[in-house]
Amino acid sequence: MLLSVNNLEVSYGAIAALQGVSVSIDRGEIVALIGANGAGKTTLLRTISGLLKAKGGSVLWEGKKELRGLAAHEVVGLGISHVPEGRQIFPHLSARENLMLGGYQERSNGVLRERMERVFGLFPVLAERSEQRGGTLSGGEQQMLAIGRAMMGRPRLLLLDEPSLGLAPLVVRKIFQIIREINAEGTTIFLVEQNAHMALTVAHRGYVLQTGRVMLTDTASELLEHSDVKKAYLGG
Amino acid sequence: MDYLTQQLINGLSIGATYALIALGYTMVYGVLRLINFAHGEVYMMGAVVAYWIAIGIAPWGWPVWGALAVIFGGAMGACAVLGFAIEFFAYRPLRNKPRLVVLITAIGVSLLLQNLAQTRYVFGPTPEAFPAVIEAKTVVRWTMGGPDNVVTVSNLDLLSLGLSLGLMGVLAWVVLRTRQGLALRAVSYRFDTSSLMGINTNRTISFTFMLGSALAAVAGVVDAIRYDVRPLMGLMPGLKAFVAAVLGGIGSIPGAFVGGLVIGLIETLVKGYLSSAYSDAVAFVVLIVILLVRPSGILGRYEAEKL
Repeated sequence: MLLSVNNLEVSYGAIAALQGVSVSIDRGEIVALIGANGAGKTTLLRTISGLLKAKGGSVLWEGKKELRGLAAHEVVGLGISHVPEGRQIFPHLSARENLMLGGYQERSNGVLRERMERVFGLFPVLAERSEQRGGTLSGGEQQMLAIGRAMMGRPRLLLLDEPSLGLAPLVVRKIFQIIREINAEGTTIFLVEQNAHMALTVAHRGYVLQTGRVMLTDTASELLEHSDVKKAYLGG
Repeated sequence: MDYLTQQLINGLSIGATYALIALGYTMVYGVLRLINFAHGEVYMMGAVVAYWIAIGIAPWGWPVWGALAVIFGGAMGACAVLGFAIEFFAYRPLRNKPRLVVLITAIGVSLLLQNLAQTRYVFGPTPEAFPAVIEAKTVVRWTMGGPDNVVTVSNLDLLSLGLSLGLMGVLAWVVLRTRQGLALRAVSYRFDTSSLMGINTNRTISFTFMLGSALAAVAGVVDAIRYDVRPLMGLMPGLKAFVAAVLGGIGSIPGAFVGGLVIGLIETLVKGYLSSAYSDAVAFVVLIVILLVRPSGILGRYEAEKL
């Protein structure tokens, strides 16, 4: 297992957000996490990447390294990049500077240039926009920049929080196509989505999260056919 | 004409030190959204450290440039450490507390440093003249029109303006061209996203305090040489530099620099044409006007975020 989350408990004050969540992700997989608003999807991602502190349970990296208690910048250093919900581009910095920040822990300019070339290969539009300020990019371009920025850290595990949020269907399809490409080149992906159909179409396996608990887990194709999933998340 | 020119030169010379102090206010505000009211005391401590270094090296009779380098360098280093310590011990434990708590703490740190400086272990309550490291003398002298219309520029004016401009250039380079500067600009936007980039936000905040404090130290040494050293000398320049940072647009680095020069100019012109009795008051009139008319300041920015 590349990442295994065991019995994770997280709460905001008295409110329990995650109540014993267990999720495991194998090398090379795309794993989808679907669920309604407020189910705890973003909380799970933010806890894995060190932005939130868990109350109980464990998060094991490669079966041995405990991530609980590490600061977010230390988790990045292990090879886990997180594309946050709402993209969180630095609006006052140029696209190039945003990308440079994604590779902040790499000090060699040569290596960074190489990685940037690769990101420009995935997202040619970013090369055209590289001197433009992040805040002036369109929503789709910002999402590409956010993913490209995370790829600058050369992650082994990419955490994606709602990459389809607020984007036109055509753009969403394009983004998911690139997610597949990134995965095909060897990066493991943990994908959080409200767009359950899209997510389960690209994923190998999936988890359904409901009010802080994993209700269901199966291969993506089984979940797409599952009657409860259809009713609750796929519009019948 | 000569009188006005002289006032403008004096104004820029004074404004240059306000600008150096204002940079620290604006940088700290940029990352923590905190008005660090202890910043004026860092400036004062810069003067105090410089005073002791100057006394210490006096018997060795070093050449002026060597002595100045050691005095400025020592004060900058000591104040960088002080800035680090203030943030580490006073503000960091309150990182997730309401901003008002941190603001009140900043006032507390300010009072603590003022009173520490009045003890004889640090400096003492009475003003002291700075040891004669560099003699004030006129280096430029223009006669404009007639023998009575003379404009002069002293070596201290040049020192003040030269250091201020030079350090502003260094700061611009650090912020815009280095990895650490990029981290600073990221952290000033958002902590959590910055840490997802792999940035150690606490270290970046420390760096910001050290940088700002070293700049304030330079201003403190210039004023110590120009006037004298007093434990409460940080109060007025601290407040005026705060006004300068607001005038330029709090959070904006070029704004703080411009704001500092403008406050220095306004103050000197008021002194020269109205009355020196108003020279301290005018900075606060400027503050009130700015807050009423353009709260974001001259170069302040409003950023809309796309969802």
